[in-house]
Amino acid sequence: MMFIGWEGVGLCSYLLIGFWFKNQAYNDAAKKAFVMNRIGDLGFLIGMFILLFNFHTLNYAELMKAVEGVANHQVIVWATMFLFIGACGKSAQIPLYTWLPDAMAGPTPVSALIHAATMVTAGIFMICRANFLYSMAPETLSVIAGVGVATALFAATIGVMQNDIKKVLAYSTVSQLGLMFMALGFGAYTSGVFHVVTHAFFKACLFLGSGSVIHAMGGEQDIRRMGGLKKYMPITFATFMFATLAISGIPPFAGFFSKDEILAKAFEHNKLIWALASFASMLTAFYMFRLVFLTFYTSFRGTHDQEHHLHESPITITIPLVVLGTLSIIGGFMGLPAVLHMPHYLQNFLAPIFVHSHPVEGAEASASTEWMLIGIAVTAAIVSIFWAYNRFISKGVLPAEEGKLTGFADLVYQKYKIDELYNGIIVKPLLMLSEWGGEVVDKVMVDGVVVWTGRLSLITGKQIRMLQSGNIGFYLLMMVLGIVAIFLYLLKVM
Amino acid sequence: MLLVFILLFPLFAAVLTYLSGNKLANKVALGTTAFEFLFSLILMRSYRHGIVTDIAYWHTWVANPKIMFYVSCDGLSLLMVLLTTFLVPLIILSNIKKEVPNSRAFYSLILLMQFALIGVFIAHDGFLYYIFWELALIPIYFIALLWGENKDKEFRHTAIFKFFVYTLIGSLFMLVAFIYLYTKAGSFNIIDLYQVSLSPGEECWLSAAFFLAFAIKIPIFPFHTWQADTYKEAPTVGTMLLAGIMLKMGLYSLLRWMLPIMPHGVICWNPLFMTLSVIGIVYGSIIAIQQKDMKRLLAYSSFAHVGLIAAGIFSLTIEGMQGAVVQMLAHGVNVVAAFFAGEIILRRTGTLEISKLGGIRNLAPKFATVFIIVVLASVALPTTNAFIGEFLLLYGVYEYSTILSIVAGLTIILGAVYMLKMYQRTMLGETQAATATFADLDWSEMTVFGILIAAIFVCGVYPKPILQMAGPALENILKYTLR
Repeated sequence: MMFIGWEGVGLCSYLLIGFWFKNQAYNDAAKKAFVMNRIGDLGFLIGMFILLFNFHTLNYAELMKAVEGVANHQVIVWATMFLFIGACGKSAQIPLYTWLPDAMAGPTPVSALIHAATMVTAGIFMICRANFLYSMAPETLSVIAGVGVATALFAATIGVMQNDIKKVLAYSTVSQLGLMFMALGFGAYTSGVFHVVTHAFFKACLFLGSGSVIHAMGGEQDIRRMGGLKKYMPITFATFMFATLAISGIPPFAGFFSKDEILAKAFEHNKLIWALASFASMLTAFYMFRLVFLTFYTSFRGTHDQEHHLHESPITITIPLVVLGTLSIIGGFMGLPAVLHMPHYLQNFLAPIFVHSHPVEGAEASASTEWMLIGIAVTAAIVSIFWAYNRFISKGVLPAEEGKLTGFADLVYQKYKIDELYNGIIVKPLLMLSEWGGEVVDKVMVDGVVVWTGRLSLITGKQIRMLQSGNIGFYLLMMVLGIVAIFLYLLKVM
Repeated sequence: MLLVFILLFPLFAAVLTYLSGNKLANKVALGTTAFEFLFSLILMRSYRHGIVTDIAYWHTWVANPKIMFYVSCDGLSLLMVLLTTFLVPLIILSNIKKEVPNSRAFYSLILLMQFALIGVFIAHDGFLYYIFWELALIPIYFIALLWGENKDKEFRHTAIFKFFVYTLIGSLFMLVAFIYLYTKAGSFNIIDLYQVSLSPGEECWLSAAFFLAFAIKIPIFPFHTWQADTYKEAPTVGTMLLAGIMLKMGLYSLLRWMLPIMPHGVICWNPLFMTLSVIGIVYGSIIAIQQKDMKRLLAYSSFAHVGLIAAGIFSLTIEGMQGAVVQMLAHGVNVVAAFFAGEIILRRTGTLEISKLGGIRNLAPKFATVFIIVVLASVALPTTNAFIGEFLLLYGVYEYSTILSIVAGLTIILGAVYMLKMYQRTMLGETQAATATFADLDWSEMTVFGILIAAIFVCGVYPKPILQMAGPALENILKYTLR
């Protein structure tokens, strides 16, 4: 049963994030991750129940047979919708994404692991595995595409305003996951998986790189206090740069191929979504280079002590960096665009899994369209890199200090206050309900009925006791009245 | 005769424990209950294909009215007996290092309780069953009343008295119903009772009377208000007996005595029973979140869990009932482990107030590890025992109604909220004054947790034997219920 592994991943993240157990904020983050995942799990569970109830199995192979020729697509739509809620929880999509940036509190290698490779891709994995169901439910696919692109854009804008190096990467992850879901929503499962793989390379590289930077900075995570690290940490810088180029979609780095494939698929299906997704990836290039420029270029802005402490990380850190950096460069070649007439290794590798969903894959775009799309995407990325260069290096602009922002910028900086919103409409009312339920409803009302039933019997007892007064005359009187009553009753009956 | 022996042995052990004096009482009790567990394992060996062969024993007890001493054991009964004989020695072991005043009386009451509980689970004569049902109340009443540790005696007496009267009143309704059934069937024998034909009207009020008795004991919303106070006021051993085993009496009785005897009555009330059970799940979970006392928090969590079990039973599906049996066992193990963790905190810090605790993880890593396993088991993480039960229960509820299953499913979210909150507030964070000298687990505590955790994982990874054992018995019950 897949559910077992599914929740196990949730548990690992709880334990790993909570690794630094003394810090209240980290514990809260761990709890939040667990609970948010649990919300997704409930959806996942209901989805499984629907399948189990209608098809009497949860085994993929048997399920595939069972759904063949099923007339009632409504059932599959509901099942896939609920399963998708589970994917949202696990893969940090709107509205269940807020745990992921908080989970950044974990020690860095953990962040890299959770974010890039394992946990967050579980949702994508599940949808790909169940692709034969999703292909039967176009309504669900539309929802997935919508949620995906919304998440991609939403998280990218937040990423632009963050100053914590790990937070930027976290929102970038959410945003990239959004793109992957969008791909799945168009039935482009291979493209989604392709991006999962390349993203794993460069995002793991970025997270390890950020860990290397934070380590060198003595625990500082604020990019406003960094700068000019290029000369102190050449290896970290070089690998970080490659990974950044990869995530920004610059050819021939890994991210270019996978992102291009997704955008091409989006263009075929829906021009509006394509435009939004392209804008999101433009923002990606911008905030990633903003990160690189502020961290590694210009001059150092931290304290004197920190500057003294700066150093390249030991070999145990740099070797994985180099490996991941290399993969960020060459990882894209496993899935070359069709237009180059080269084999798409990944597609061939995955073809057996997605054989049931071919109808949705749609017609391939013409070569000229594909060249055009590549041109637009690359131009957009390069424009935003120059924009970032111009702003942060030529003009030397620094992100504003706390509390200096106003209006929309401030709202974005505060992540659209979504956490506050959830706190206000869900957490606080729940706590109040709990308090009120325990003190008033349970103690006073429900228990009150019980207690008063008991008291009533005592009071009645006290009153009736009065009758047993010990006065013989009273007893005799009662006896006579009783006999009379019996006679009257008998007379009436006769 | 083995079954009769298993029933009577705790009674003999109770006498032996009392005679052995205050110094030896705990060891004698532990030894005899360990033997009792072995005997029940032997009983399990004679279990084949749905019934325990040649195990039933009957003898006329009273000729008129016709009352029989009739005990028997199918898979369902066997599992409940195993749960009882497994938990009681652990409960005793958990308390073995503690000084108990007048300990020979204390331990013989526990054994007397075990005797009554086993009686409830194997009695197949209504009158006999009723005697054991009431008998089980007496030892726990005295244990809670006389050995409770709260300084506020007045409050303790009120709480325990309320518990006693409340459950007794519920049982009296059942007694009346039983007598009425006797007038119809001419016997208290379960076989005759399963065959008795009643009008739908009769079944309706009979099942209401039975429901009241069981609903108070389980407890089902809104008959639960005795629970939190009693759990808090009773000594932890008493709480473990109550939550770990005694609650299951009610759930077991729903399956054994209510559904098959008055199926039409159950079906007529079922929407109400189901709704009350599901309300209990959410209501208990929500209230648990803000509880300030660990024992009260666990009480409300237990209330929510048994609500789900009851809902699974009332779903009248084989999945729901299977889930109910698995979850009864799982809940028994987990709740005993959770209350034991609470007891360890209470012994070392003198308080269970969550706000006064914290930072125990820093001083007692072993304890923190076992406690998180217990917490995660009680929120039904996969590979722990509660997972398979919860899955089956929710699926049973789903088959009954999609909406109710989503509402009931909120327990998996809210459960994580209150359990993790409790763990975080008590175990993590900065060390407080009360927790500054917290010692890690000693060998006897480690043994208890070790066995309980082994049970958690064994049942979680390989629940098949339980399902197989309960299967035929439940199918039989379901057959009579849906006739």
